Amino acid sequence: MTGGSFGDFVARAAAAGELVVQPRMGVPGPEGMRAGLAAVRGAGVRAAGTITVDSFTRVGDHLAVHQALATGAELNGYPIAAHSPETTRSVLNGLHGADFPVQVRHGSACPQKIVAALLAAGLDATEGGPLSYCLPYSRVPVAESVRAWAESCLLLSDARERGARPHLESFGGCMMGQLCPPSLLVAISVLEGLFFRQHGVDSMSLSYAQQTDPDQDAEAMAALRTLAAEHLSDVDWHVVLYTYMGVFPRTPHGATALLQRSAELAVRTGAERLIVKTTAEAHRIPTVAENVAALVTAGAAAARAEPGGVVEDTGVLAEARALVDAVLDLAPDVGIALVRAVERGYLDVPYCLHQDNAGRTRAFVDGAGRLRWSRTGALPLPAGSAVPAPDPTADELLRSLTHVERAFDRG
Amino acid sequence: MELDAARPDAARLDIVVSGLASDAHTWNLVYLQLVLEEMGHRVTNLGACVPDGLLTSRCGQAAPDLVVLSSVNGHGFQDARRVIGPLRARLACTPVVVGGKLGVDGTGGHAEALLAAGFDAVFENADAIAAFRGYVERLAAGVRS
Repeated sequence: MTGGSFGDFVARAAAAGELVVQPRMGVPGPEGMRAGLAAVRGAGVRAAGTITVDSFTRVGDHLAVHQALATGAELNGYPIAAHSPETTRSVLNGLHGADFPVQVRHGSACPQKIVAALLAAGLDATEGGPLSYCLPYSRVPVAESVRAWAESCLLLSDARERGARPHLESFGGCMMGQLCPPSLLVAISVLEGLFFRQHGVDSMSLSYAQQTDPDQDAEAMAALRTLAAEHLSDVDWHVVLYTYMGVFPRTPHGATALLQRSAELAVRTGAERLIVKTTAEAHRIPTVAENVAALVTAGAAAARAEPGGVVEDTGVLAEARALVDAVLDLAPDVGIALVRAVERGYLDVPYCLHQDNAGRTRAFVDGAGRLRWSRTGALPLPAGSAVPAPDPTADELLRSLTHVERAFDRG
Repeated sequence: MELDAARPDAARLDIVVSGLASDAHTWNLVYLQLVLEEMGHRVTNLGACVPDGLLTSRCGQAAPDLVVLSSVNGHGFQDARRVIGPLRARLACTPVVVGGKLGVDGTGGHAEALLAAGFDAVFENADAIAAFRGYVERLAAGVRS
């Protein structure tokens, strides 16, 4: 199965002025997974397919996967390391190809088994990163995640020998899903891209997740493109936007409007790909039909949207650049620089409970609906980057966490 | 809700808040920690993706007054039902509660099985936080000096 390259597919769509839309979708059984991919492929939009791995596989609990498969217990994704490569090939056969690439999404800090399994099944596109799948999601020390991701990048880049051009996406733009200010999201995406390149990956995407304010998001997306152009000019890269990753509107109209705003933001800012959310997001794992409906909604909103427009400068680029430069100055090896940066609090994600995260930063949604720093800890940011404020109470935190949900459910 | 820092020490509970083995979500844990601290209790937050063995050993060492497990990824029912046995082996009489979105289909209905498995309370409805606060208040009021 020579599927064509994920990066080439996205580049062709961008050249044609089309946004690639992509779901999150993981079904435990091969038949269901195949039906899901077929439905996405047949949705009538320029879509990439997704196989989302279950969370037992993500944390390396392969025994729990086998027990669930044996007893028919529920899994929240496709256990790619438990199914044989032949099984996964049968899921993909006739669907996966140059006009329908499939990305494996997993969330693992130590993804070697997952990467080996996807490569064995003829796939070569996945996502994550040594910080973005470690700090928010795991108990693995950052240094161990850096080693695991270096190995995973080498596994992927070795697949070039069989004629593939493996593609790796940084999840750095989605740290904690919400309440992480844009400059840190941009910086981590760029730094993970540099890490991927150092370990032999030459086709990548950098991510950013829609936050609370469209103008602030547009500024962040522009900053991401500027820094990517400066630091990653010798590899293939594109930008992937995520529809809001925080507490999602409960109403169908609110969820749909938020998805449409993200598609418009993607077009406005030149993002080449969009990972969508569905109207079921606030309630449960979506069905295949709900995912397909979200792809169609996003595709239609993107087709109506206009690129370009004014982007103001409130300092996101300067902050992101300061973070990237300070981290890269810590060591010539990007992986070592990332470990040192977390140790020193140069990269310190607000509200992140990981034992290696310094935990000295805080952020909030201000009165105008923009995401702001209230405490910057040891982040090497320009003076004046924070609005000093007391740490939030539980109710205040909940207000920030639900700001977008309430705004869109009301609207 | 008022800040209750003046709570007498005897009614101040030592509480372990933890995610379950397969669940990477942490906002629920950050929020629960703030809720409990504002009620005047002391919280040890074990974070996300806590393997069963780590959860039981940390709870065994801490000997808390209450263990609060929270899960929102859909595997919570399985994770919780599996870990309560080993937890009970270490903490025979300690209240252990679980809440969140416990199944993949969002329909709830896991309380009966989890109570039967050994949990003291299950919070998975729309009013879960209010019910949880009430539960903790009653527990704190029952602590003898």
